[in-house]
Amino acid sequence: MKIHEYQGKALFARYGIAVPKGIPVFRLDDVAGAAEKLIEETKIPVVVVKAQIHAGGRGKAGGVTVVKGGPAAAKAAAEKMFGKPLVTHQTGPTGQTVRRLYIEQGLDIKRELYLALVVDRDSRRIAVMASTEGGMDIEEVADKTPEKIITEYVDPLHGLSAFQARKLAFALRVGEGSPDPKATTNQFVSIVSALARLFDKEDCSMCEINPLIVTSRGDLVALDAKIIFDDNAAPRHREWAELLDQDEEDPVELEAQAAGLSYVSLDGNIGCLVNGAGLAMATMDIIGHYGGSPANFLDVGGSATQEQVTQAFRMILSSPKVKGIFVNIFAGIAKCDVIASGIVAATAELGLKVPLVVRLEGTNVELGKKILAESGLAIQAAENMADGAQKVVAAIAK
Amino acid sequence: MSILVDSGTRVVVQGITGGAGSFHARQCAAYGTQIVAGCTPFRGGEVFEAKGPKGEAVGVPVFDTVAEAVKKTDANTSLIFVPSLGAADAVLEALDAGCRLIVCITEHIPVTDMIRVRRALLGRSATLLGPNCPGVITPGKCKLGIMPGHIHKPGKYGVVSRSGTLTYEAVGQLTALGMGQSTCVGIGGDPVAGMDFIDVLKLFNDDPETEGVMMIGEIGGSGEEKAAEWIAKNMKKPVAGFIAGRTAPPGKRMGHAGAIISGGKGTAKEKIAAMEAAGIRVAPTPAEMGKTLQSML
Repeated sequence: MKIHEYQGKALFARYGIAVPKGIPVFRLDDVAGAAEKLIEETKIPVVVVKAQIHAGGRGKAGGVTVVKGGPAAAKAAAEKMFGKPLVTHQTGPTGQTVRRLYIEQGLDIKRELYLALVVDRDSRRIAVMASTEGGMDIEEVADKTPEKIITEYVDPLHGLSAFQARKLAFALRVGEGSPDPKATTNQFVSIVSALARLFDKEDCSMCEINPLIVTSRGDLVALDAKIIFDDNAAPRHREWAELLDQDEEDPVELEAQAAGLSYVSLDGNIGCLVNGAGLAMATMDIIGHYGGSPANFLDVGGSATQEQVTQAFRMILSSPKVKGIFVNIFAGIAKCDVIASGIVAATAELGLKVPLVVRLEGTNVELGKKILAESGLAIQAAENMADGAQKVVAAIAK
Repeated sequence: MSILVDSGTRVVVQGITGGAGSFHARQCAAYGTQIVAGCTPFRGGEVFEAKGPKGEAVGVPVFDTVAEAVKKTDANTSLIFVPSLGAADAVLEALDAGCRLIVCITEHIPVTDMIRVRRALLGRSATLLGPNCPGVITPGKCKLGIMPGHIHKPGKYGVVSRSGTLTYEAVGQLTALGMGQSTCVGIGGDPVAGMDFIDVLKLFNDDPETEGVMMIGEIGGSGEEKAAEWIAKNMKKPVAGFIAGRTAPPGKRMGHAGAIISGGKGTAKEKIAAMEAAGIRVAPTPAEMGKTLQSML
């Protein structure tokens, strides 16, 4: 689960990581007031208007504006973003509508560093990555100048040790150019340590500060905050419910999540209902192989109930882009009759206006086929997944 | 022969009184697996009723702790169905009790929990399989997991996979071609887990009765690339492969926590190229997994 920059910064502040003063704004009319307040409090005439969306690359896409002309200018800058789609390299071509803004104090930037914690699958540890190349696209840095990224791994038994944070600080020459190099270095060490604590306690799957700036006075401040929580830990973090921004999520994916289904919207027109993530991906692949294009990834799970299947099939039936449906089930734990009953229940409710190809295999397959046959639905039975994929692609082409 | 499990496997099921635990403990017992104990805190002293392969009644004693279960029943293997937030603790308990193989079926375990579990396994001889996996089966001898037993057939081909149902698909194809299996191992779909491809491939390589291996991967991580490198250097037996997720969009988690293309890494294309370079024949579609292995023999 992703959260907004301003929410991430509030979390940083709780862990003692310095962030600029800022005010989140949800209405255009509040922008000028927020800017005025910040200017008054900080005695700094510069504010930054930042679009809050769950995607990176905002700066380059026009989602961050530095304003030197006071509250009225801040409002003018906000008007260019608010309520409009912001297209970055991470949003896709339609972009993401800006519904929240963050008005922040302007700071003088001497240096821009990079700091991130991620789950490293190879070492099975949390990796702390730091670089002098802050403000850049870190994937580009990793690609072109990997030696500029310094990594330490957190031992889960002890947490991140102070010496590891110092190793990073000295490797980055954090104190260089600072009026008080020792204080600057120590600030870096305490920020890295705090971020490691935050990552663990708040159950993150990624935390990134890009850039982590050094001001001309030698202070370190987190100028951005990107936090992704580990969805698996949601049951022990009730507070996440308040941080969820429904507008940033695909409504269909949210609906699926609530029903205990795993769903991802795709660009094609063949609706897929499959049990198991691997088989669901493989089903998309085989549709692609035969020239079709899947409308979704949908895993009803290994132990789907009839209600879940009904809900899943309802979602596919109600999607206007779906021109054909492929149900591909290899039931181990799930039962074919349960799946079949769910399909029949959903079509009884919503009707079936597109071709439906069903491949059933495994537990209670005969019973499942019988339920489908007796339903009178126009179903094309498939012998195996290749046959099913070919049939659904052909049915759409007609 | 086979790997990991056989008729000498004595199983304690952690979470045996829960919905999934009780259902699958019974399925495993009916397959012929020796389910010798169950563990659910505060339920010690109860007897869990199951049936053996011939329909005979099997009374499985339930204990409060795994340590007690191991002491009283000589269980050497644990099968875990404990809910996600308690599952890491369950693995540690099995480890402490001396189980040599721990199979964790539970999905949705927080990744930081699994990182701690991996740390605890350091320097220990116990093997962890999973979490978020279907388990392991040596057809005809021992089913330790949630896979449908009836699709399997004893034989000489090993299967190792990150997926559940896609493994059933592969096994179904192999069985239909008359190609029985020595052991089928699901390593699970999580980014931080126990056994990886190489751990399992090593066992298959050393198993005299395994004559070929089907390896099923998916997008995300670099486990398949590393396995391919290892295979090129060490594997004495033919390996056929498949990678799910050729058409998966980047940045989206495809059901499994570990199945995500991030930062342009972990794509199916890269994995397939690495596997082919290592001499692995990769099935062009998931419908041709069995045939692809057959074509290498």
